[in-house]
Amino acid sequence: MSEQATIKYIQAPLTAETIKDLHAGDVVRISGYIYTARDAAHKRLYEALGRGEKLPLDLKDNVIYYVGPTPAKPGEVVGSAGPTTSGRMDKYTPTMIEQGMRGMIGKGLRSQEVIDACKKHGAVYFVAVGGAAAVIAQSIQSETMIAYEDLGPEAIRRYEVKDFPAIVCIDAEGNDFYKVGIAKYSKE
Amino acid sequence: MRDINVSEVTSTIAKLCMDSCYYLPEAVKAKIRAAAETEESPLGKEILNTLIENFELSQKKAVPLCQDTGLTVVFLEIGQEVHFVGGDLYEAIHAGVSKGYVDGYLRKSSVGDPVFDRKNSGDNTPAIIHTKIVPGDKVKMVVCPKGCGSENMGALKMLKPADGVEGIKKFVVDTVRAAGPNPCPPITVGVGIGGNMEQAAILAKYALTRQLGEHNADPRYAALEDELLELVNKTGVGPSGLGGSTTALGVNIEFTHTHIGGMPCAVNLNCHQARRAEAEI
Repeated sequence: MSEQATIKYIQAPLTAETIKDLHAGDVVRISGYIYTARDAAHKRLYEALGRGEKLPLDLKDNVIYYVGPTPAKPGEVVGSAGPTTSGRMDKYTPTMIEQGMRGMIGKGLRSQEVIDACKKHGAVYFVAVGGAAAVIAQSIQSETMIAYEDLGPEAIRRYEVKDFPAIVCIDAEGNDFYKVGIAKYSKE
Repeated sequence: MRDINVSEVTSTIAKLCMDSCYYLPEAVKAKIRAAAETEESPLGKEILNTLIENFELSQKKAVPLCQDTGLTVVFLEIGQEVHFVGGDLYEAIHAGVSKGYVDGYLRKSSVGDPVFDRKNSGDNTPAIIHTKIVPGDKVKMVVCPKGCGSENMGALKMLKPADGVEGIKKFVVDTVRAAGPNPCPPITVGVGIGGNMEQAAILAKYALTRQLGEHNADPRYAALEDELLELVNKTGVGPSGLGGSTTALGVNIEFTHTHIGGMPCAVNLNCHQARRAEAEI
């Protein structure tokens, strides 16, 4: 991202104050701790909640990154690690927001139910540049295996990140930057 | 007849898997660089510059451009004078995929049973193989790893003759607009027209194996490619789908004969990383 653009430097887990200050279209750099989870991990978390079980991670105030990284080459902290398509997690997302999750990082469209849950509970959907997996991996300082190791690339990991590059897409007021951006440049 | 040992196929496929996931074709790099100059959205321009930084970094470090190293699609053109020795050809291709994905630190994204077990095969096998027998004594292999972000946004419609070229334009543009940010634009659009249901889909995928910037040999279809590219870029989807004037880098059409009552049309979208690598033995 351009250094001319105003960049907001924020910490994860997120606080209510941070979320309040984030608006659709803001360019951010995220530092702190985030957790990875994609399709199979979401299904397991969701089913565990349905059975009333304790989850292997506390969702409260946390940010989930939708990613399934490549294996790390020797000498590297992580492999390539860009965002996957978020819409596949929509079925599970409102429940996870109800459980305290406050941020998601991915790419692509979300359902109205997800937008409503962001608005109701004060959560934010960030997008990262799809395909920029080698660049994004540079912001990941360390990784810790948390749960579901048998899922391989889909296991839940904790990433320590420094200046992870993202853009606020859906803010806690329910604004969706995809709609704004595309409408602005449509010539149809 | 010319004997080719299938072990040569295995080692070639392994290398093509790694190369296609690490290094973007020069034509794709040139298109992204050009788009970064012309893109109207300042944010879109920055996103394109990030994509340039990404392909330069992945090339320098020999690491995957994207974490989704795809299902492995292999297009084979086998000369009819070739005689394979030393084992089963398709097994040799799967072995090459396994070697490429394991040794190359590529992500394994293939699950066996699609509905019930969804168990990862652990080495990205099996490959999806399309075979064509052609004159000669050579074997051409084109490897195109295809991620699911873009694959999930493809569509097929059994258009009717009365829908005409306008029907095709509407279907292509509607598909791109509905896909929005999901296939990681700026995309490449593969369009397969004619044949029957399955042939249109395979043609759309085959269209994506054509080098970006090369047109269909038929001038009418070449003109339609240009017109579709212009229409698609008017949708405003833009880089990463966050708005802009660069929604696609190219539109590739392949066509074939069809039934008097039909005009099937398939659209297969590729992300901005139109990954491909080829070799001939």
